[in-house]
Amino acid sequence: MKQPPHSRRRFLALAAPLVGLTACKKGVPSEIGAPLSSYGARSPHVTSLRDVKDSVTPGTGVTHTPLQDLEGIITPASLHFERHHAGVPDIDPATHDILLHGLVERPLIFSMSDLRRFPSVSQIHFIECSGNSAAELAGEPQPDPQQSAGLFSCSEWTGVPLATLLHTAGLKKEAKWILAEGADACLMARSIPIEKALDDILVAYAQNGEPLRPEQGFPVRLVVPGWEGNINVKWLHRLHVLDQPSMTRDETSHYTDLMPDGTARIFTFPMEAKSMITRPAGGQKMDYGPGAYEITGLAWSGRGKVQRVEISSDGGANWKDASLQLPILSKAATRFRFEWRWDGQPAALQSRCTDETGYVQPSLDELVEARGRFSYYHCNAIKTWFVHQDGSVSHVA
Amino acid sequence: MWRSAILPICVCAIAFAQGRPATEAEIKARDFTILPNGTGLPKGHGDAVSGRTVYEQKCQDCHGLHGEGQSGKYPALAGGVGSLKSVNPIKTVGSYWPYATTLFDYIHRAMPYDHPRSLSTDDVYSVAAYVLFLNGIVTESQELNEKTLPQVKMPNRNGFVADPRPDVKSKK
Repeated sequence: MKQPPHSRRRFLALAAPLVGLTACKKGVPSEIGAPLSSYGARSPHVTSLRDVKDSVTPGTGVTHTPLQDLEGIITPASLHFERHHAGVPDIDPATHDILLHGLVERPLIFSMSDLRRFPSVSQIHFIECSGNSAAELAGEPQPDPQQSAGLFSCSEWTGVPLATLLHTAGLKKEAKWILAEGADACLMARSIPIEKALDDILVAYAQNGEPLRPEQGFPVRLVVPGWEGNINVKWLHRLHVLDQPSMTRDETSHYTDLMPDGTARIFTFPMEAKSMITRPAGGQKMDYGPGAYEITGLAWSGRGKVQRVEISSDGGANWKDASLQLPILSKAATRFRFEWRWDGQPAALQSRCTDETGYVQPSLDELVEARGRFSYYHCNAIKTWFVHQDGSVSHVA
Repeated sequence: MWRSAILPICVCAIAFAQGRPATEAEIKARDFTILPNGTGLPKGHGDAVSGRTVYEQKCQDCHGLHGEGQSGKYPALAGGVGSLKSVNPIKTVGSYWPYATTLFDYIHRAMPYDHPRSLSTDDVYSVAAYVLFLNGIVTESQELNEKTLPQVKMPNRNGFVADPRPDVKSKK
């Protein structure tokens, strides 16, 4: 095959002697590297992982996102936290479909290709398990960002607005709730108020530019912006329009918040404003001794945009504004940054988020005073990281 | 005149994608929904006597002889009544669950954990009756069916309140 005069191959051939001459320089390879690949893998030098623990029922439980290792606001799909109730089903998109029935004029079945014919949108939203940071509320501060608040991830989701499917089927006037059911082994199901269903819910088939990962609901899931993770039903296969909630196990005995007076709050949907410093944070070290460091972390609100993040280095006595990195999106992670000069003395680092409704992230004491220690879900308390004189950072003073 | 020109465009915009009509048979085959008033309950019956046999074969290994569960592994199904205000709240079917229909629904769709939907309808009624019996909510011979199950009064039926948040005021 004839080579054009300025082809890449020709350039490499001409440059080869130069590479040889400079090969003694540190870090510059003298041999041709790995070949092209059809699906990319990360560098073997990058080892950040979700935390899989031993279990008698490995199909149920959680893995946490390693928040301390992430940059920007997007979580790689491969590191998005997991919460499964009966394992990850293996679903063939060619045979999978969604049944929409109940209080509609026209009960319909949508194949995955039917779904793709509707106008789609892409939106960046976080998903947070309502059990995130439950150990903090119970008085057991966790040692690093991953363990403390790693049931939180943020992705660009692409899908069809649920409202589009509901309008296509035609809602009857009695329609008040929608039961969404997954095709996992336990047919996980949650009831959603019709107002939210018509507002901003996506029937999502893609995450961060590619089809959903199996553990994130392939081939299709609900994304319910700002609301507790469990209601973002994965492996969606049925939508039942009803005049009342079904009162499934997950919305009665499970994801309800027990109060000190023995009552329990039901249908506690929004995830309230929260933030956490991810660097420097527990498990890390201030390697350069006293001097300049960047404090960075993530803030979010299930009720809209983050308006403000403040930083304290003295356990909450004094606060200074962090800068918010663009974009600042509704019901999405917002990255904050703060230039800090460490004087070498012990410090207690905190971040505090205010959202566009004016709601201010509470301290753990304030949260416990209002809800006790056994409400388990929806812990959005301020997290403290203690910097010790030797530069180590931990979750305890 | 302009109206009739615009209308067809609107119709096209709504109708260019549809899905296909679902038949009654398709809906019936996939409809697992059960409501607190009993809507959706399949015809069938059972009591705690027949339920004990099912429970011993299918449930007891995980949930224990008396529904006590295994701490940190498998949830308790019985006990804990009166514990919700304490420093050791125990949430079980008897102490916490507000509807008997939820118990039936969950067993029906998701249990046993490793073989969901392997029980017959009568076995589901029976084992639900046995779990309620372990909690002292029904008698051993009390028959549960699609009519009587929704009438079972759960002890914590009125224990749930609507979401009052935002409820925490930061003192900043």
